Parts: sequence; structure tokens; C-alpha cells
Amino acid sequence: MVPGDLRYTKEHEWIRVEGDEAVIGITRHAADQLGDIVFVELPGVGRALEATATFGVVESVKAVSDLFAPVSGEVTGTNDALAGSPEVVNADPYGDGWMLRVRLADPGQVDGLLDAAAYDALIAEG
Amino acid sequence: MPYGPHTADDRARMLETIGIATVDELFEAIPEALRAGPLRLDGPEPELELSARLAGLAARNRVDLASFLGAGAYRHWTPAVVDQMLLRGEWYTAYTPYQPEVSQGTLQSIYEYQSMLAELTGLDVVSASHYDGGAATAEAALMTCRATRRERILVSRAVHPHYRQTLETYASGAGLVADEVPLVADGPRAGTTDLVALARLLDDPARPVAGVVAAQPNVLGLLEDMSEVGRLAHAAGALFVSVIEPVSLAVLAPPSEYGADIAAGEGQPLGIPLQYGGPYLGIVACTDPLVRQIPGRLVGQTTDLDGRRAFVMTMRAREQDIRREKAASNICTNQALLALAASVYLAAIGPHGLRDVAAGGAARATELEAALAAAGAPRVHAGAYLNEFVVRVPDARGVHARLLGRGVLAGIPTADLLPDETALSDGLLVCATEVTTSAEIGQFASALRAELAGAPAARGAR
Repeated sequence: MVPGDLRYTKEHEWIRVEGDEAVIGITRHAADQLGDIVFVELPGVGRALEATATFGVVESVKAVSDLFAPVSGEVTGTNDALAGSPEVVNADPYGDGWMLRVRLADPGQVDGLLDAAAYDALIAEG
Repeated sequence: MPYGPHTADDRARMLETIGIATVDELFEAIPEALRAGPLRLDGPEPELELSARLAGLAARNRVDLASFLGAGAYRHWTPAVVDQMLLRGEWYTAYTPYQPEVSQGTLQSIYEYQSMLAELTGLDVVSASHYDGGAATAEAALMTCRATRRERILVSRAVHPHYRQTLETYASGAGLVADEVPLVADGPRAGTTDLVALARLLDDPARPVAGVVAAQPNVLGLLEDMSEVGRLAHAAGALFVSVIEPVSLAVLAPPSEYGADIAAGEGQPLGIPLQYGGPYLGIVACTDPLVRQIPGRLVGQTTDLDGRRAFVMTMRAREQDIRREKAASNICTNQALLALAASVYLAAIGPHGLRDVAAGGAARATELEAALAAAGAPRVHAGAYLNEFVVRVPDARGVHARLLGRGVLAGIPTADLLPDETALSDGLLVCATEVTTSAEIGQFASALRAELAGAPAARGAR
């Protein structure tokens, strides 16, 4: 069961709303599927995110995947620790492995994302 | 598995599978006028007669000329061991196998190529080779755009025109803009990149620059103030690409010393013969922060389960087989056999040998400058050069053509190389290397003196 307090995308990002900001990362399912993550490329602070557009790249020893923005907004912080320790994404995807902090352009967008039950169903389908 | 050509039956089955009647249908998107017609070849001949015919054709090449042609491809002496190594069957594929780690020898040769070029350039990462200097320069320019997420490149007009054309082709295909930086017209810095113009081109907040591309030595043989080019680029948030000539790095400051983020260049001078424009060897090197932007293969060293040294393909996820449309490049391959030639050449000749090659060429060029000046063709530019420079000759094209009749290939008319530079309409770009002899220099100087005096060429001197 994935954390119940988060919302999810079909592309396996999670988002946690904190006031008018939100924190974004990738799910444990995504991290497990990718395998050992060796590099995370994130946008700079101040960059505009557009919902469903790519905002970065996560690279494992066997694949490279785009990261898709769950919502629109402006990047207010990035997890700089991932530059030196990208494996944290594998170890703690919902905690220390977070990627971005954004200021939400439209908090209503979050309601359109998958809830935990829907995301669980999605990954159960395989 | 055996490697052999497809049989007629193979081809028929493949055509049937994809649902077309003839191979030509695959090429229908190409206008008919642009397609190659059938080759009109004579019937088979006995090998003896064919050899004689080919020898006759080969004899039409002018191999008797005293050559002073450089302009991006250079004559050098190559130790016999280089060719001997290339003839070994183990090397006879340009490709790494699909399970590359099986071929430790191939990977080690690539790793050593990377290591030696890293030492020469002073940069952290070297890719396992590209098509040629032009492709390498274009790839380097694209790297700056990916790394900065900007879309405008500035390239000095003192970068080889073929490289600029290649860069323009790559850039336009990627929706990027390549603007050219003019040359200084006169004075002590004539023929080098105009730094005032560069600063002005960089100072356009609406059109931020991803990378600045300049060559050392530049296409006119002159030494640029690379530190200043780099400083200006970095001050504007742009990256700095240095187009290098690898032999020169034995005597000139390496790109790392003047702040280059990327070095690109033509590897032909490293043990690769002059061969009608290729195949040659593209060199790309970069600093560690740009490692995920460098295109092409990278071989790394590691240890296996038993702790033994082992070589692996690394950072594969940048590559087209893994990353597909997001690959660092989908228009690159490697030139493994030629990279091997460069490695064997560098290993055989050693750092002191390479220094002798570079310094020997520079000494010969000084001798050439004095001889040509005495013959009535002084240098055009005042700045420092290494082994290539421009001399002023009235009617340079005509003189160049007539000197062929006197057994001299007098470099290249600058009007042909750089037709847009009106200040260079009466110049010859000439070059000397360590294989240039005093006798050849004497021949050039006396032929030029006679030509400038209007004397007819001696009959039979073809």
C-alpha cells in the first residue's frame, strides 16, 4: 500500500501539498523498477513547471526516464543532496529522496491526480 | 555467425515481408534527379591486367609535389608500428560487440585512447571518438545548448569553414541558432577573433548564448587569446569550446589551462594518413560536470568480482541505444580503428616525441616564412603562429595554379578557403610540419620568386 496522504501520476511521481506549496518525488514502485539510481537531473530554482511536461531526468544503471510534472507551478527548492547521493531515491523515495518543492499555480490541479487507492490499482495492473 | 552478403532470395523475402516490390521503392522520398544511376563498369579482367590499369590510374595522382598544404589536415611521419598494429585482425571492426565486456582488449584500447587524449587536453572526460573534426565541433556546440538550456551558439569565423558549415547543419536541424564572430581586420591582432565584437554579441539579454566556439591555432594558423575568449564566454553564462589541433597541444597550453569547458578537434595528425578527406577522427573532451552531455561511447575502468582490473562501457544511459530520442546524440558513431591509430601513434612517439613533432614543425615554418618573405611574399598577419600562416601574393589563385607546374603545392588560396573574408583575397595559407625539408622550402621559394618575376615554368616540371 502506498502512502495515503499523497497524490500520484500515472508516470509514477508523487506530490504532497503543504499549504500553497507542494513536494514532488517518484514512487517506490518507480524507484524499484528503475533499479540503482545513479543520477537525478533537476530544474533550477525559479523555473516554471507545466503540468504533464517533463521537468527532469532520472538515470539508473539500466535506464533513463523523464520526470513529469504532476502540476504547474514555480520551483522554489530542489533536493541538492541527490547530486552526491542519488541512491537516496531508492532508499527513501517518499522522504529524503524527495526531488522538488514548487509553489502551486493552481491547487485545484492536485484534485485531478490519482489518490493512493487508484495508484495502488494502477501498479497492481502491472 | 557467418557474415556474408544477402542472397537474391534473402532480398526477395525481406521485400515481401515489408510489402514492397523493389529496393528502389525505399528511396522514393529522394527526388529522382538526386539518386545515383547505375554504375557503368567494364566486364571482368584478369588480375594482372586490372592491376596494370589501376596502376595507370593511380599514376595520375600528383605525388611529386612539394606540398605546403595544411588547412585542417596535416602531413606527419608515422612510425611503422602504427600501420602494423592496424593490420591485426583483432581490430578489424569499428564496432564494439553487443556484449562489449567480452572484448576486454577492444575496451582497453579505447580506454587508453581516452586517457591519452585526456592528458593532452587536460580535460576530465574524452569520448571514444567521432567522425571527424567538423562533427566533433558541432557535437561540442550542441553540448553547450543542452547544458545551459540556451539556444544560441557563437562561432568564430577563424574556425575552419567546414566545421562551421557542419555546426550550422547540426544547429539548424536542432532548431538552434549559430551566429558568427568576425575577425579583426587589421593591426597587431589581425586575423584573430574580434573580442570586442564577441563581447557585444554576448551582451544581448534577449538572446542568451549557450557556447562560444574558437580555434587554437585558428584556421589562419594564428594563436588566439583563448583565456580572454573563455573569460568573456563565462562572464555571460556561456560555455567555452576550444577547437584544438592535437599535435599542437604538445607545445601550446592545453584547453584546461585557459578555461575551456569542451575541446573538439580533428585527430588526423595523430598517425592517420592524408586520405581524400577521410575517414578521419573526431575528438571531443570535456570537464567532469558535463559528462552527461558528452555524446558517444565512454569506457571506464573498474574491478571484476575477483578484484582484477576490468574495462566496461560506462554512462550508457546517455546513449541512443538506451535513451533513444533523449540521447546525447543520435548522429554519432565512433571511429575505433582510427582512434586506435592515434593511440598507437601517441604511445609509440611518446610525450617528448610529440613535442619534437610540434616544435620541429614550428621551426620549419619559421624557415618557410623567411624564405617566402625573401622571395617577395611576406606574411599578412602580425600575430604569433605555430606552423601555418598566410602570405600575401598578388593573383594568389593564378600563382597557386601555375606553381603546380613548377612542382609546388603552395598551400591553399585564402580566397578559396575563406571567400567571405575580403581582406584575404590575395593570400596563400601555407603550412610546414616536421616532414617539410629545407630542399622543399628552397624549391617553393625559388619557384615563387620566378613566378612573381613572370618567368615561364620550365618544360617537363610536372
